[in-house]
Amino acid sequence: MSKEVKIIIDGKEIKAREGEKLLWVALDNGIYIPHLCAKRDAEKPDASCRLCFVEVEGMPNPVTSCTLPVKDGMVVRTRTPRVDRLVSTAFELLLSNHRLGCGKCPKNRSCELQTIAKERGLKLKLTRLRPLERDLPVDDSPQGFIYDPSRCVLCGQCVWVCHNKVGVGAIGFVRRGIERKMATFGEVPLAESRCTQCGECVEVCPVGALTKKEEDEKQAESA
Amino acid sequence: MELLEGEEELIHSEVDSIFQEFTPERENLIPVLQETQKRLKYLPKLAMQKIAEKIGIPEVDVYSVATFYNQFRLYPPGKNQIKVCMGTACHMMGGHIILESFERRLGIKEGETTPDREFSLERVACVGCCALAPVVVVNDKVEPKVSPIRVDGILLSYEIEKKLEEKEKDAEEEGKSQ
Ligand code: SF4
Ligand code: SF4
Ligand code: FES
Ligand code: FES
Repeated sequence: MSKEVKIIIDGKEIKAREGEKLLWVALDNGIYIPHLCAKRDAEKPDASCRLCFVEVEGMPNPVTSCTLPVKDGMVVRTRTPRVDRLVSTAFELLLSNHRLGCGKCPKNRSCELQTIAKERGLKLKLTRLRPLERDLPVDDSPQGFIYDPSRCVLCGQCVWVCHNKVGVGAIGFVRRGIERKMATFGEVPLAESRCTQCGECVEVCPVGALTKKEEDEKQAESA
Repeated sequence: MELLEGEEELIHSEVDSIFQEFTPERENLIPVLQETQKRLKYLPKLAMQKIAEKIGIPEVDVYSVATFYNQFRLYPPGKNQIKVCMGTACHMMGGHIILESFERRLGIKEGETTPDREFSLERVACVGCCALAPVVVVNDKVEPKVSPIRVDGILLSYEIEKKLEEKEKDAEEEGKSQ
């Protein structure tokens, strides 16, 4: 067991295990830092969503908290003008590639994008960027769930779970740049892939890209 | 893409022989894919599946890498290779409209090959004759100032060529059988 250290986040003294990533220390102590791509048990963080920035005393630039191991005496601030600017840009970039329409989404009110917007006072609409229109087909081939790639934020939670927890490895990221998406081998529908339809990926999707069919139906009825 | 006669056997033997040179480790994935493409001219699905199995990783991980790098092609080069220039000058002169015309006419997307393997379609960066924009290169022949109507003309000329070749072949065979 690594030794216990004391750090300060937003003026609050917090006990943590040395080397633990700052993001999880903050979240476990009730301090919210926006995050989408971090996986608690992953060995190497992807650090791809660029939402979890904080400032640390003694460091010249804001750093991603999901990659930062805590050290004794660390002084962290989660909100500074520089952090806020970085986060709002990263957030709008994500939204530009995400088909908005919370009213019709089964994840309405339990979506991580909504949480981030609320916590940080950000708008769930585009102000500076143009939307990237992608006409991607919805995959409703599995028995119990639906994959709508237009809502995917490329966080990689599903891919990680499918590989590392379920041990199947049916899905991954394919192509690159603006064409990047989560897909199966050969981009065939899930039901035609090696997917066992265990549904674990649906549990970890932070947005409305992977959703249970029953919830989609409920949503359709109430709308 | 449907495999040709004998292609399946070829894929198996080439991939097997490649793994005599490389140990089946994840670090070798890219060199193995490069060598596979060198030998087979593209990365057939079957080859990717076989490579995944040898290295012991999910096949989607191989597909991820193959679709990430531009150097890899998932479709065989066509007998006639159409390259539509998407350099700055050609782009300004409507290169993407030309690309779309080819896509529609051939019924394939950029990066793909027609099922009969006659035509493959790619986008390329500036080919060095911007004054002739928009430019298309078919095999090694430069087609200058291409308009959507010209697209039909270009394809037609290769289709006619193919018909002529077939006729000649038939005539030859008839000649032989007599
Ligand atoms: S349902 Fe299970 S096996 Fe299928 S993609 Fe999701 S996690 Fe993988
Ligand atoms: S489908 Fe959901 S979990 Fe998977 S990458 Fe997209 S947003 Fe993340
Ligand atoms: S959670 Fe840190 S970069 Fe995504
Ligand atoms: S941009 Fe097409 S030839 Fe230069």
